[in-house]
Amino acid sequence: MNRRFAPWLFMSPALLLFTTYVLWPIAQSIWISFHTWDGVGQMEWAGLANYMEMAGDEQIVTAISNNVLWLALYLLSPPLGLMLALFLNQQIRAIRLAKSLFFFPFVINLVVVGLVFRWFYDPSYGPLNAAITALGGEAIGILANEDTATYGVIAAGLWPQTAYCMIIYLAGLSGVNREIVEAARIDGARGWRMLYHIVLPQLRPATFVVVVVTVVGALRSFDLIAIMTEGGPYGSSTVLAWEMYEQALFSYRMGYGAAIAVLLFVVMGGYIAWVLWQLARRES
Amino acid sequence: MFPAPLPPKPAIRAAYQCVLWTSLALWLLPLAAIMLTSVRTAADIAAANYWSWPADTAMVENYRAIFAGTNMLRYFANSALVTLPSVAAALLLSSMASYALATFRFRADFLVYAMFIAGNFIPFQILMIPVRDFSLSLGLYNTKTGLALFHIAFQTGFCTFFLRGFIRQLPGEMLEAARADGVPEWRIYLHIVMPLILPALAALAVLEFTFIWNDFFWGLILAPDDQSRPVTVGLQALKGTYRAQWHLLSAGSIIAALPPVVCFFWLQRHFIAGLTAGATKG
Repeated sequence: MNRRFAPWLFMSPALLLFTTYVLWPIAQSIWISFHTWDGVGQMEWAGLANYMEMAGDEQIVTAISNNVLWLALYLLSPPLGLMLALFLNQQIRAIRLAKSLFFFPFVINLVVVGLVFRWFYDPSYGPLNAAITALGGEAIGILANEDTATYGVIAAGLWPQTAYCMIIYLAGLSGVNREIVEAARIDGARGWRMLYHIVLPQLRPATFVVVVVTVVGALRSFDLIAIMTEGGPYGSSTVLAWEMYEQALFSYRMGYGAAIAVLLFVVMGGYIAWVLWQLARRES
Repeated sequence: MFPAPLPPKPAIRAAYQCVLWTSLALWLLPLAAIMLTSVRTAADIAAANYWSWPADTAMVENYRAIFAGTNMLRYFANSALVTLPSVAAALLLSSMASYALATFRFRADFLVYAMFIAGNFIPFQILMIPVRDFSLSLGLYNTKTGLALFHIAFQTGFCTFFLRGFIRQLPGEMLEAARADGVPEWRIYLHIVMPLILPALAALAVLEFTFIWNDFFWGLILAPDDQSRPVTVGLQALKGTYRAQWHLLSAGSIIAALPPVVCFFWLQRHFIAGLTAGATKG
């Protein structure tokens, strides 16, 4: 086998599938976004019309501001995960079992997580309202209220996400250099100062991974919305990913849906570029 | 170690254990509640008993209602028939690709590698319309094969990224020696590299099993029909049928969540090794 062709032979099955299902569809979506198309008939060139429409679409504005909210609140999970990891980073009986049980929510699929939280919030059957009414309060429908629905969904998402961050930080903590920590301790560093000046700098690779997966998770939010609110009530809990799905598959507006997807892709693309740049730096 | 290890005083250690297990109980409260709910009777649910031990358990009835009264069992089988071959194929394709990316120097190697990484981050929605169309036109829509093909293609990106790192850490002299001796590339891949990366493959298999089993979006887009839908999509459909019948929904949820949970507790070491690769090396 020629050494020039060997790598391409080894990569060809993966490349072929990846091109068919990932690369080429991206180009197609961009192309579709410049058209009006119901998914069945003829595509009609529409130029930038879909993008112009997006700029004036209130639902898109809601979706974007909810995406920002998701991102902002999801970024609570790295510090929460770190706190949990610091709490669990002890050597004591049954600690391994405790760690894996804390990690448990991440292993469960989001459909189940969404259902659990829906039940938890259920105004007539759920435990949350049972607790509120028992304390003399008024029952509230968190997911039925335009002002609270998104927060209710994000809270459900934070649960597995925090578990994920925790496990990555635990691995990071196990790699922290003991000698440096001991030396700093002898020098009188402890508590916050030790965490900030000695431990966190050593946890940078873990923090990088945690932030990357959290941002991607926040921008990808779809499953929980589909299960818990379907973007409602009155479109108040929608995000770009959900809006795209609805426009394309329920309103048969493939061109408009594709334009929303392109917007999401561009946002994520900027982020991917930053991640790749960081990885390339680490590599060299 | 940070934080400092607990002092050996029994009182402090006992207090730590106490806080530990209390916070764990709170953390897992939703899961405990759903397990309890799955064995309650409808009357118990209507009486809004959440935390009390079920007065009258209906475990057999509830799970029988799910297995006999719905297609949950078929959805479960669909998920297994999609997930297992997808994991195997993604590992095979990505081990080949990452072998090439890790052991050959060629123009475009970083470009190909970057492409596989970037693929992991893209929003699914940018692929949705064309992939659905493509599947429709090839008759792969609403088939397990069509769903599996997509998973293989998509997951190959992550797997290649993951495995390339491992192959790079292997001692290069061994490969060079084999190459100098004229050993064919496919034999080096199969007989030298593959056995050495078995632990990485195991870790990846467990992770991929969980990712693919837990997928909801692509099931919804590519296989939404009753015949072919995976268990996550089936559970969502069940939500529509059994509005507020939380005992049945809970039983269904537990069935849908079970395989990755079993897999995680059984192969925990591999799972965590896979998930946290990259968190320690800088």
